[in-house]
Amino acid sequence: MRWAFPSRISNSVSAFSVRTLVEKNMREEIERKLNLTAVDIYGLSEVLGPGVSIECHEAKKGLHIAEDHFIPEIINPNTGEVLPYGSTGELVFTSITKEAFPVIRYRTRDITSINPEPCICGRTLVRMNKVSGRSDDMLIIRGVNVFPSQIESVLMEMEGVEPHYQLVVDREDNLDILTVMVEVGEKVFSDKVKPLQDLEKSISKNIKETIGVSAKVKLVEPKSIARSEGKAVRVIDRRKI
Amino acid sequence: MRVEQISIFLENKSGRLAMVTKILSDAGVNIRALALADTSDFGVLRLIVDNNDKAREALKSSGFTVGKTNVVAVEVPDRPGGLNNILEILHRANVNVEYMYAFVRQSGDNAVMIFRFDNTDEAIRLLETNGITVINGSKLYAM
Repeated sequence: MRWAFPSRISNSVSAFSVRTLVEKNMREEIERKLNLTAVDIYGLSEVLGPGVSIECHEAKKGLHIAEDHFIPEIINPNTGEVLPYGSTGELVFTSITKEAFPVIRYRTRDITSINPEPCICGRTLVRMNKVSGRSDDMLIIRGVNVFPSQIESVLMEMEGVEPHYQLVVDREDNLDILTVMVEVGEKVFSDKVKPLQDLEKSISKNIKETIGVSAKVKLVEPKSIARSEGKAVRVIDRRKI
Repeated sequence: MRVEQISIFLENKSGRLAMVTKILSDAGVNIRALALADTSDFGVLRLIVDNNDKAREALKSSGFTVGKTNVVAVEVPDRPGGLNNILEILHRANVNVEYMYAFVRQSGDNAVMIFRFDNTDEAIRLLETNGITVINGSKLYAM
C-alpha cells in the first residue's frame, strides 16, 4: 500500500490511496481512526503517476479523470474495438499535454468503465469506476506488480525444481498475503525434513530478491495443483475488493 | 548390510496417510516398519516394506513422490543401556544419527531399530567391529 502525503482540502484532511485497491472497510477504518476523509486516486507511472484521476469529496462515486490532460477510452481488450461510455473494458489513455514522454492510446491493462453523467460536485470531467481487474495476469501484491511468469522463471532457475506452481493471494488484516505452492518432484525430495524446509526458504528468498515481494512457499504433492481442461490454474486470488 | 527404505512426500491434510496404506494394501505390500516426520505443512513418511519395487511402482503410478534411501537395521539388546551402548560407539566416532525408529517383531530377546546415519558405511563398519549385529535386507524383510 502506498500513500501520498495527506493534504488539507476545504478544512478536511484527506488521504489518498494510489492505484492499489483499497477495500471499503479498510477505507472506513482509516477514516475513523485518523479522523480524515479518504479518497481514491488513480495513476500509473507510465502515464503520470498518481493524479490521472481522483474521487471528489462530495460524491466519492467514481474517479474524475483529468480530461484536460488525458483522453480516456475503453476498449475491448481482445479486439481493440472502442466501446461506448458505460461499457466495461480496458482503459486506454492518450496524453495531450505531456511533452517529454507522451503516450498515444496507451493500454493500461486495467479493467473498468467510464461514466459521463454529471456529478453532484459540479465537475464535468468523466468518472472512471474502480478498477475491477486486469486484462493480463498481473497481480498487485502490497503495491508490487507481480506477473506469474516472474515466479515461474525464479523456479526454473533453481536446480531440480520443476515449474509446477500456483499462486494463492489472500488478504489478512488488510495486508496481501502471497503463498506460492510448489509441487515436489523426485529431484528435490528428501527422506529428511530439513532439506525440504531449506528448499522452501531458498525459493522464498529468491522470490524476494528477484521480484521484491515476500511470499510464503508451501511444498505440495505432485499433480495436486488444480488443472482446468488440462491447464494448471496458476492464480487463485481470494481477495475481496 | 544396508536396508532399503522408501520415503513418500505427504501434504499435511486429512486422508493422505490412509491413501498410502490403501495403495499398498491393494498392491499386496506389507508394511514392516514406519516413521512419519511432519511439519505444519507437510510430512515425510518412511517405510520398510516387504517388496520395495512393488510399493514404489504402486505409489508412483498414483502420483506420489517416492524416494529411496539406505538405512541400517541394528539389533539392540532388550535391556537397560542397550541402545545407549550403540549410540556411544557412534558418537565417539563422530557418526550422526539423522533419525531412527523401531522395527516391530513378534518376539525375541533383541529389539530391532532402523537408523539413518549421515555416514552409513562408517556406521556399519563401527557397529560390526564392536560386535553389534547389523541385519541385512533380505533377512529383515522376512522377519
